[in-house]
Amino acid sequence: MTELPLIGEAVAVAAEPRLAGARIGVVTFPGTLDDRDAARAVRLAGGTPVPLWHADNALGDVDAVVIPGGFSYGDYLRAGAIARFAPLMSKIIDAANSDARLPVLGICNGFQILTESHLLPGSMIKNDHLKFMCRDQVLRVENNSTDWTLDYEAGQEITVPLKNQDGQYIADEKTLDALEAEGRVVFRYVGFNPNGSRRDIAGISNAAGNVVGLMPHPEHAVEVGYGPESLDGIGGSDTDGLAFFTSVLNKIVGANK
Amino acid sequence: MPRIVVDVMPKPEILDPQGKAIVGALPRLGFTSFSSVRQGKRFELTVDGEVTDAILAQAREAAETLLSNPVIEDVVNVEVVEA
Repeated sequence: MTELPLIGEAVAVAAEPRLAGARIGVVTFPGTLDDRDAARAVRLAGGTPVPLWHADNALGDVDAVVIPGGFSYGDYLRAGAIARFAPLMSKIIDAANSDARLPVLGICNGFQILTESHLLPGSMIKNDHLKFMCRDQVLRVENNSTDWTLDYEAGQEITVPLKNQDGQYIADEKTLDALEAEGRVVFRYVGFNPNGSRRDIAGISNAAGNVVGLMPHPEHAVEVGYGPESLDGIGGSDTDGLAFFTSVLNKIVGANK
Repeated sequence: MPRIVVDVMPKPEILDPQGKAIVGALPRLGFTSFSSVRQGKRFELTVDGEVTDAILAQAREAAETLLSNPVIEDVVNVEVVEA
């Protein structure tokens, strides 16, 4: 997590120097895949990524945490079920629920870990079509007041990669109604529901808006030339995911617009 | 050595995608008598020595906290099986 490799226009983002003081922890479990991409996204957005190890007993000096995607513990038992009991997770759960309300973002397997941790309601089961799916996916930002979506416009449509097998979001009707009523459906699939998720839900937040989880991968859409292609007619740009990271960085340094 | 068997099933109201795929495959092999399949999990917890009430209680707690997710699954059986 040191220097950025020389690919793409890594300096294309006009990252503001004052954001570099914000430290974003990125957790690695056995089987995590996307920790390097998440750390790179933090850096491209102007922040300082801090590697965190699942077996650590202390969170250290971080201002927010990203739980990245992958297959922690090989998805054994249930996706995220074993990772949820890692020593570092109990620290993250406490910090997210504390008065300080540590911002936490769970992406894909990270979202599954957050539901297993009961930081977010509901659960993920196998995609309704039973296949692993990888595609560029259009999402609508339904709530731009969470810590991780402040830099988006309400109702903005973004395109980011989606890649999962256990991506079907489910919860009972009462929970779904409550999520809708409280504005906690943060992202919805647009045009195509890739996994049978209830009410096209792609991502949700906790009541305070500091904990957000989603199945698609914003950290893979942060660099010109390396994000979703905008040539296949579904629109979007290569860097639609970057605002996740600028949102939380700006919030930490107290500069959201 | 005795084992404690824990059976976990998807909740009845949750469509089980794996069971659905299995029921679709059965008729292709000539098994035409089954209208529905639901797939669950069986855990076998081996105990060194006697299964006391306290150990059985631990197994029940493990079943509810780690072995199953109460949002999507039910623990349908916890029983002691002598070897």
